[in-house]
Amino acid sequence: MALLSKKDANLILDPLADNNPITIQVLGICSALAITAELKASIVMAISVIFVLGVGNVVISLMRNIIPSKIRIIVQLIVVAALVIIVDQVLKAFAYELSKTLSVFVGLIITNCIIMGRFEAFALGNGPWKSFLDGIGNALGYGVILIIVGFFRELFGTGTLLGYPVFGDPIAKTGLYATGYENNGFMIIPPAALIVIGVIIWVQRSRNRTLIEEA
Amino acid sequence: MAVNTEKNTYTVIFAIIMVVVVGSILAFLASGLKDKIRENERFEKQQNILYAMGVNENTEDSGVNFIPTTAVEEEFSKYITSQLIVDADGKVQEQDDAYLIDMKKQISSLKNGGDAQFPLFVGEKDGQKFYILPMYGKGLWDAIWGFMSLDENMVVQGAYFDHKGETPGLGANIKLRYFMDDFTGESVLDGNRYAGISVAKGNNDPLNNDKEDNEVDALAGATITGNGVAAMIKETLKIYKPYLETIRTN
Repeated sequence: MALLSKKDANLILDPLADNNPITIQVLGICSALAITAELKASIVMAISVIFVLGVGNVVISLMRNIIPSKIRIIVQLIVVAALVIIVDQVLKAFAYELSKTLSVFVGLIITNCIIMGRFEAFALGNGPWKSFLDGIGNALGYGVILIIVGFFRELFGTGTLLGYPVFGDPIAKTGLYATGYENNGFMIIPPAALIVIGVIIWVQRSRNRTLIEEA
Repeated sequence: MAVNTEKNTYTVIFAIIMVVVVGSILAFLASGLKDKIRENERFEKQQNILYAMGVNENTEDSGVNFIPTTAVEEEFSKYITSQLIVDADGKVQEQDDAYLIDMKKQISSLKNGGDAQFPLFVGEKDGQKFYILPMYGKGLWDAIWGFMSLDENMVVQGAYFDHKGETPGLGANIKLRYFMDDFTGESVLDGNRYAGISVAKGNNDPLNNDKEDNEVDALAGATITGNGVAAMIKETLKIYKPYLETIRTN
């Protein structure tokens, strides 16, 4: 017996490719622009969102039959905010260094439209297990794009990956810089992320033409 | 049992219960973890102060390495010989645990014309004296702060910057060594004027060889954060000028 039924597996796999939250659903663009100037931040954000969306989807799914529809958005917001604050406080007490790295992302996670989007579109209408898989899947799909964008922006913007120089030293002109190569300053400002995401969307849709929406 | 979740009374009751439950969970958590968090913050402050006077575990090409939290309290009392407070009129007195003073409160109190007490630390390492000034200002998104140590000639001996929410990869890089290390050796004086150190774009000195120009090289893509750092240094010097005048030797 497979670990996951085919339907369940699709909940995780679809958002990674053909139903990707960023490139297809166009959710979570704001944080994808803001924090992808370096790879490390992208990875941290991806892991945080996997956790918050996974757990948040389960909580909302468990409450789905008792949430009054009039105030459901506020309820969702409270659930995300509470989750993020709990994680932040626990980290501050027991993993202070890590919490300092993460503190920047706390606000971005709460306002991330992927989270509210999945609560609203999936968790309110499905059971906890399915919602958990959907949450993990979408967060992974989001994380993959974030990491791809972070990889290119850090590599071409500052010539490093995870802080380690890849192309040599730009100031002392060693390695690739000795040949006259320069870092592309444009890559570290947010519009560059939009262009990288645009290229990803282009590549994805030209490989799978069924994804192209009718004009 | 079927409950009509559309009724107004249900909605109101649900909202009340939700707020009470979530509120108590958070309050319980916050008060339970408060002591531990406070302690972590205290150690961090001590680490930052010592870092600015060069007591750290940095090697030539490492990142920022503080001395370990387990040793920080001992090292702090060893290297920091006195903790002073300077008030708004420039009066100085000694006070233990001055490092716990919140700079943010003091600065806003000063701005509102009230009383203010600014902490200042005197450290000694290998016979050399360090005057460590805490700093507090604003970057692009939120607060930035730091510590800067000066010698008697008003030359920076070390600096540490931190921030609450600057953009990762851009403004957040003020806490990386390649930015902070540039400050070491710069004088905050321009003649007799407390000019501070500006974070300059296009000063054509990325290696910061010119230590006389009151300028360090800016961070690409982080103009506002860099300007914030420069403004913060200037403000800090204004606050501590009366005291610095008494110890200045050049």
